[in-house]
Amino acid sequence: MRLKFDSVIDALLPVFATFAALGVGAIMLMALQVSPVEAYSALWEGAFGSKNAIAETLVKATPLLLVGLGICIAFRANVINIGAEGQMIIGGLMATQVGLVFTDLPGWVVIIMAIFAGFLGGAIWGGIPGALKAYFGVNEILSTVMMNAIAVQIMNFMLRGPMMDPAQLEKASKIPQTARLAEAFRLPRLVPTRLHLGFVFAIALAVLVYVLLWRTTLGYRIRAVGQNPHASRYGGIRVRRRIVTALLLSGAFAGIAGAIQVYGVNYRMITDGSSTGFTGGAGFNGIVAALFGQLHPIGTIPASIFFGALLVGANKMQRVVQIPAALITALNGLVVIFVVSSELWRRRRQKQRLLVDEGGEPPPSESPKTEKGASASEEVMA
Amino acid sequence: MMSPELIIVGVLSSTIRLATPYLYAAIGETFGQRSGVLNLGVDGQMLIGAFAAFYIAFTTGNLWLGVLAAVIVGALMGLAMAFVSVNLQAEQGISGIGFYLFGLGMSELLFKMLLGTVETVKGFPDLEIPFLSDIPYIGEIFFQHNIMVYGAFLLVPIAWFIFNKTTLGLKIRSVGENPEAADSLGVSVARVRYFTIILAGILSGVAGASMSIALLNVFQQNMTSGLGFIAVALVYFGAWRAFGVLAGALLFSFVNSLQLWMQVLNIPISTELAIMLPYILTIVVLVLTVSKVRPPSALTKPFDRGD
Amino acid sequence: MKKLLFVLVILALALTACGGAPAEEAPAEEAPATAEMFKVAVIMPSSITDLAFSQSMYDALLAIQEEMGGEEAMEIVYSEGMFVVDDAAAAIRDYATEGYDLVIAHGSQYGSSLQEIAPDFPETSFAWGTTLNTFSEEGITNVFAYEADSQEGGYVNGVIAASLSEAGVIGVVGPIEAGDASLYVKGFVAGAEATNPDVTVNVNWIGSFSDVALASEAANTHVAAGADVLTGTAQMVVGAVGVAEENGVLWFGTQSSQTSLAPDIVVANQVYDWTVALDEMITLIGEGTYGGTAYTITLENGGIVMDYNSAYDLPEDVKAAADAAVEGIIDGSIVIPVE
Repeated sequence: MRLKFDSVIDALLPVFATFAALGVGAIMLMALQVSPVEAYSALWEGAFGSKNAIAETLVKATPLLLVGLGICIAFRANVINIGAEGQMIIGGLMATQVGLVFTDLPGWVVIIMAIFAGFLGGAIWGGIPGALKAYFGVNEILSTVMMNAIAVQIMNFMLRGPMMDPAQLEKASKIPQTARLAEAFRLPRLVPTRLHLGFVFAIALAVLVYVLLWRTTLGYRIRAVGQNPHASRYGGIRVRRRIVTALLLSGAFAGIAGAIQVYGVNYRMITDGSSTGFTGGAGFNGIVAALFGQLHPIGTIPASIFFGALLVGANKMQRVVQIPAALITALNGLVVIFVVSSELWRRRRQKQRLLVDEGGEPPPSESPKTEKGASASEEVMA
Repeated sequence: MMSPELIIVGVLSSTIRLATPYLYAAIGETFGQRSGVLNLGVDGQMLIGAFAAFYIAFTTGNLWLGVLAAVIVGALMGLAMAFVSVNLQAEQGISGIGFYLFGLGMSELLFKMLLGTVETVKGFPDLEIPFLSDIPYIGEIFFQHNIMVYGAFLLVPIAWFIFNKTTLGLKIRSVGENPEAADSLGVSVARVRYFTIILAGILSGVAGASMSIALLNVFQQNMTSGLGFIAVALVYFGAWRAFGVLAGALLFSFVNSLQLWMQVLNIPISTELAIMLPYILTIVVLVLTVSKVRPPSALTKPFDRGD
Repeated sequence: MKKLLFVLVILALALTACGGAPAEEAPAEEAPATAEMFKVAVIMPSSITDLAFSQSMYDALLAIQEEMGGEEAMEIVYSEGMFVVDDAAAAIRDYATEGYDLVIAHGSQYGSSLQEIAPDFPETSFAWGTTLNTFSEEGITNVFAYEADSQEGGYVNGVIAASLSEAGVIGVVGPIEAGDASLYVKGFVAGAEATNPDVTVNVNWIGSFSDVALASEAANTHVAAGADVLTGTAQMVVGAVGVAEENGVLWFGTQSSQTSLAPDIVVANQVYDWTVALDEMITLIGEGTYGGTAYTITLENGGIVMDYNSAYDLPEDVKAAADAAVEGIIDGSIVIPVE
């Protein structure tokens, strides 16, 4: 009984933190002479107020969840992947190419091939930094940041060159975009909204990643490398290979996210010269979602929906009360800071519980994100 | 055709200018990381600093007040970051992204409310160093820049000196390597980290100011365009040493100015390939010069005294 | 597993409890729009104050609002910074749902979204720029299209630039070689080379619409390479204008007027005046036609305006050459090759 009550409090902490952040936001809104009540009811309306709003929230959550799953794998292996933006782009490009080349195949065949192409593209773009880290000691933060920039240029090159829409080639305007995917290749929609099959697919993958990490030897090895590379090495695990595998898989999920964005939402690739134009920032927001989900694939599901709701709702709020979009960006930042800070209380309470329950020593104060997150979740899942 | 001397001088002086904001930001980040704190919010801090410096310089006409403003807002951002990562022990990568978003949004919001449109200021003028600036080629490359550029390059030996020759440097390094041991020796981990994070915030703010009132003399939303993230990457390139960071910043900027010149000289390569060159070469050079330096042991790990 | 499910439920409940009540008040506040009021919503990739593409549209809307009788006659709402395509799609759908008469998607990247959304709102008019595709071939009847022949003003700028350049070297800073930017640069180069066959025009694409620092350094590079006249397109060139001023070289602007940035050295700007196209769209909407027409703003129809900086003392023969170029483009004697 007490455990349940504690879980409620733990679960509510991020919610309280979000409200605290929105409270600070309210002050900013009042400074702009906007009623916070009106603004925030618009936010709610935009995220959950109608069937369409909920669908939009879930559409937004889909790439966050897919990227987040990859992040779970990488961070569990103690590898920091901030290259999901680039991995999404390369995955998206390769998936799009499949749809543009194999126009004669049945829709479902192309969709499966495209998702695989996305997987492959992301895996390559994640595998390179993985190999560079494992075999050349190149820090992955550096290489993934650089690889993001390189991916953007590849996208720009492809979209105004070899992959450009033939219809655009004839025109003077030359919009840097690919042709539109045939209707048969688009991911089916679930209800008469923009919600597409990709969301269900992402949920299924979340379960798969859970199984991978906690029910397979590969998963065990990846987590072992993350927790203690030296011990793993003595234990016969080839650490280098596991680092590559982790980044490769991590990239692959981001690549799938890219493929799903193309086949479920945009139906083509188009560039405005930046990565966010295509990814919507999912490569970064997915990291945040995964960490809020305690780096647990199942926990990442509600976390992604939460962030999807925040992003979609905030856009609605911008439209309704006509405030600069910049306020929304700042507000998102505040929410992230407040929620991540609230983790302290959750950890403290966890520690206290352990003390009370076992009457033993408090756990050693290690990095909360890997070790403790892992053990806590394992308890839950068992 | 253009003389090779002219091109070389052009490329190199361009390198010096491009490297300036990276240097401020990356040296600041080095202080933070050496003490065990990863700050991914550099870009946001730079933007806030850039706006503050620009706005104050624009309204008062005093550039030094602008720099002071950047120092103050940078310190405030650093203070907030320190509170979140030291006292609240928040996950650093993620809170950094939060600070980045906050800075990105806040700087644009203030820009819209206070200025409304893109304006320009008369930034720091080029300051020719007597005698040195007269040396053929060398003078033009190194000694005909504005004061913020010189400041960035002076910062490198200063940082080196602090890290390697002072007690403060020793404290910073020990807090980053083994906070428990440092703590048991009576070093306040919290105080050292507050110091480094605030210093990093100040230097990020100044990096922004070097763009908005010395090099570019405008403010525009998201004008750093992800430069702060490159600065973080350069700290890894430099393996947490001031001169290593300098080498990284110079290499990256050199290749970048080279690609600008390649386009001007009509060298037939695709523009996209040219633009990716600095990113590719930074990785390649790091692969070739395999450095086995490992990060500070306590990097990203909050310290809890357990009381 | 249970615990996580719990988290989900609690999260949903908490949000419902806190958000539910005020949400119900919202519809009541939307009432005041009168029947005659014309409501326009515009979705833009960058900021309304970018001194470039987005601002050109916002300024035009403000001008029309003035023309129509102020805020009582016409309501303008906008979503700026919508560089994420699917956010823009949500915005377009939302504005259409709320009954805006005209929803303008001011960016070529928004086309696919419009194609999908427009059929669901047959009573709403949409406009898409910059393109000439109204999707009429796909059976859609409520989308207008508009674009700017930016090569025309580019050509005129090129003529003046080549006439004023003493060094015979001109520098261009652009974002990505595509779309509007590519058209402008092609026109500019054509105009410069037609005026002085020996002129060298160096073009630098920096691969970004936001990297102010790289755009400025590109301008520095041009100056170091001997250029005494610069031009550039898109919102990140604001720093390059400063570089031009610092080095005392001339600048030519496009999209919006950039004279305010450096009144001493800006010679001329090609300014987009979308009112020409918007006026006609609004008239057609009033008559019950919601789309199907594509507009191109040109020098001829007054949608492209050559804006000269009055503070810059332009020699008369150069001004005459520029006017002749404008004439030639309008009467068709000058044909600008854009492939």
